[in-house]
Amino acid sequence: MTLELKKIVEAMLFAAERPLTTKEIRAIFAEATDEEQPGLTETFRNVREAQIAGALEELKVEYDTQQHSFQLVEIAGGWRLVSRAPYAPWLKKLLDEVRPHRLSQPSLETLAIIALRQPISRADIAAIRGVEVDGVIKTLLERDLITIVGRNDNIPGRPLLYGTTQRFLEHFGLRSLDDMPKAAELRLQAAALRTAEQTAEQKAATEAGHEGQTTAPAEKN
Amino acid sequence: MESDYKVKLEVFEGPLDLLLYLIKKEEVDIYDIPIERITNQYMEYLSLMQLLNLEVAGEFLVMAATLMYIKSRMLLPADQQVTDTEAEEGEDPRWELIRQLVEYKKFKEAALQLGRREDEQANLFPRQSPETGIEAPKEVPLAEVSIFDLIAAFNEVLKKASAREDFREIYEERFTVSDKIEEILYSLRDRSQILFRELFQETATRSEVVVTFLALLELIRLKRLRVQQTEAFGEIHVVKVTT
Repeated sequence: MTLELKKIVEAMLFAAERPLTTKEIRAIFAEATDEEQPGLTETFRNVREAQIAGALEELKVEYDTQQHSFQLVEIAGGWRLVSRAPYAPWLKKLLDEVRPHRLSQPSLETLAIIALRQPISRADIAAIRGVEVDGVIKTLLERDLITIVGRNDNIPGRPLLYGTTQRFLEHFGLRSLDDMPKAAELRLQAAALRTAEQTAEQKAATEAGHEGQTTAPAEKN
Repeated sequence: MESDYKVKLEVFEGPLDLLLYLIKKEEVDIYDIPIERITNQYMEYLSLMQLLNLEVAGEFLVMAATLMYIKSRMLLPADQQVTDTEAEEGEDPRWELIRQLVEYKKFKEAALQLGRREDEQANLFPRQSPETGIEAPKEVPLAEVSIFDLIAAFNEVLKKASAREDFREIYEERFTVSDKIEEILYSLRDRSQILFRELFQETATRSEVVVTFLALLELIRLKRLRVQQTEAFGEIHVVKVTT
């Protein structure tokens, strides 16, 4: 029986409980051995990441065109099989919906801030939201959506710094932090400050009646 | 004015949330907030909240003071304005608030989109992990530690910390017990126990060591943790109490 690379990858995805990266899959090919048929595993010993990526892409297209009830998605830097949305009613029943509750508005806001400004201290999050965030931080830590990434040694009190986790990406089905809504706009504080400042300045200039300043750039949304 | 409050009283997360709401409701430009109008509305909202016996958090009052301050500065003619030492001359007194509002608004929008993603994800099911929690950790029989052992161990750590502090710049360090409690619980997130000495970093200062110890005592008092050791004068283990 000859085995296809694509099918072996499919089997791995089927059995995996977390997203698999092409790197991990390659490492598995490099290490797996079959004692009875050493030649079998040897065939795939030196599979390259590009080949694996190709196989994943083929599988994805295959599931889509054949309208399988599951799909292959890229999440948190890896690939995983998930069911398609229309089948949710039955799966919810089957699994008795043991999933944790949806996150509250304060939790989502705090997460957005941490995701885009990490590493960030509690005080800095509170400054952006205008309210204390102690309770929210505790919940997010417990749900493993954020983690303590260190301390800021440059300021007195050396406050703890927070960042988002792999679990965070999985929860929201994000490929990476670049995949965050508004990532480009909000990621860098300096950049955000600059644009806001310019807009305000231009606005002020326009009102003061300066010529040639009448076209303020439209706010990107 | 009172007739304006046909709107149902929404629950506002904080003062920024309320301000954004008012800006939207009044359909004014966020970059050119009519400060007097918005301040009046804001104050009316606060009194309404008080009238309804809703607890008004301190942050709302701080913002009220800020708004009043900006309003008063805007009332002064330009040549009589006191310019802050750090602020540029003639800077719009509203600027800092506007900057804050614009930034918060963007994060709010990002949060909204995250919420939508969460909804979408709730309909996609990955493969489930098989029953977890079967792993039986190899248990070492442990005996409870007396408070004296604990204090002795604490003394050791403290001595080391003091030795490191001979010649050091003195600066204010604020470690709070609640901060440390969280840190300890966090380090026990995926394990059932930790060594007593592991709680204290090599570089910890005297004050940090003291606060960490207080946090540990508090957690023991709250019955979240227990301290145990395998032999007399042996290593002290801090063990999570499973509820």
